[in-house]
Amino acid sequence: MRRRPPVPAAARAILARDRLALARLITKVENRDHGVAPVLQALYPHTGRAAVIGLTGPLGVGKSSLVNSLLQLLRKAGKRVGVIGVDPSSPFSGGSVLGDRIRIDRDPADTGIFFRSMASRGHPGGLAAATREVVRLLDAFGMEVVLLETAGTGQVDVEIGAVASTNVVVLVPHLGDEVQSLKAGLFEIADVFCVNKCDLPGADGAARYLAELVGLTPRSDAWRPRVVQASTVLGTGIDELWAAVEAHEAYLRTSGSFEKGNRTRLEAEVLELYRERILAGAVAQVEGSPELRRLLDEVEARRLDPRAAADSLYERNHARRRPRS
Amino acid sequence: MARESRRPPIRVLIAKPGLDGHDRGAKIVARALRDAGMEVIYAGLRQTPEEIVESALEEDVDLIGLSILSGAHMVLFPRVLNLLRSRKAARIPLFAGGIIPDEDARKLRKLGVKAIFGPGASLEEIVRTARSIARPRT
Ligand SMILES: Nc1nc2c(ncn2[C@@H]2O[C@H](COP(=O)(O)OP(=O)(O)O)[C@@H](O)[C@H]2O)c(=O)[nH]1
Ligand SMILES: [Mg+2]
Repeated sequence: MRRRPPVPAAARAILARDRLALARLITKVENRDHGVAPVLQALYPHTGRAAVIGLTGPLGVGKSSLVNSLLQLLRKAGKRVGVIGVDPSSPFSGGSVLGDRIRIDRDPADTGIFFRSMASRGHPGGLAAATREVVRLLDAFGMEVVLLETAGTGQVDVEIGAVASTNVVVLVPHLGDEVQSLKAGLFEIADVFCVNKCDLPGADGAARYLAELVGLTPRSDAWRPRVVQASTVLGTGIDELWAAVEAHEAYLRTSGSFEKGNRTRLEAEVLELYRERILAGAVAQVEGSPELRRLLDEVEARRLDPRAAADSLYERNHARRRPRS
Repeated sequence: MARESRRPPIRVLIAKPGLDGHDRGAKIVARALRDAGMEVIYAGLRQTPEEIVESALEEDVDLIGLSILSGAHMVLFPRVLNLLRSRKAARIPLFAGGIIPDEDARKLRKLGVKAIFGPGASLEEIVRTARSIARPRT
């Protein structure tokens, strides 16, 4: 057996629930700082306890408002809650306005909450590349529930299915009949549908319609997605929403689906990190090389097309050599 | 991703303390900072000093910008600065925007507010200053 390396100070600070240390470590993880690898490794055995609940849905349907309502409910029940709100980065400037905090109403002295905004930083699918690791930090920190709000840039960010164990798709009454035109994969990942803003007309119809669609759509497991109506304005339906989430979490544990889903998520994560690592290394290997310069000369002179140049780089630098016989 | 070779973006908290209820100016500044490549955590209206400081710490920002019109600046800014100090976060620089008389502005600078912008300040100037006073990453 390998001897265990000493636990890094940053990891000890997280386990001791040092909020400042958590905030700083999240920044490093976001910035893809390779120095955090031993810290993440040391914290990993302390993770896997939090229920990770995703909220996705189009912009403006009330995801952040629902996060706020759930936060109040969970704090009353004594649960420690981490929240991550993801917003898109501008493809032009790389900057971002992260506005999910506006809807959160909380006592700043309440240490049972940790809220963090994240910019997607060019990562597609409504999450950031580091979101999974940040979820894990909140988990190691001792948060019992992590609420994860996606950017909601597209319609429904189906990538959330690769991170959260229960996924809530939030819609509003008038979106009910547009649901079929929403992104494919919606029904695969939706464990709970929430028709928010049910103080507006049309909510009953939308909920009925969704329930019908749910009945018609086959799933790979035996869970039958629930449809709930809520209004953060009236404060109604929040208990029902949480009950539906809990029912799904209970289903996961009793049916063995949790382990299965978890393994799938872990596989996706390992492969993604592997891809990231390979990409960065492979690109760095040829960037600025004389070979690349030479190829660019050819491309510029229109003797070689860009794809042929890339193929040539790949063949010479990365293609696996045939074993000599 | 292409952005990986660049330096990580500056994170800045923009909030509006005080009771007056409009935040157009703060939103315009937030967008200008975003367009300059920063990640702007927009905390919104009626933020108490305690909320502002807690948000700044959780979000691990490099800079705080507060917009204020209500005239309560001589109470609110010193309170935020004191809270930052007591939370061992005095290294996070603070800038202010709003209608602040020269005499008060002088006092606030002495207390540690890094920059103060009146209604006439240009967005270019605000962005440039924000970039230069943001806490360097260690
Ligand atoms: N009528 C109504 N409006 C709501 C409700 N929940 C949220 N909103 C409003 O919808 C807008 C978008 O809310 P937000 O939570 O930021 O949506 P997000 O973009 O999905 O996170 C805000 O103006 C909210 O006040 C609701 O239950 N009823
Ligand atoms: Mg939101």
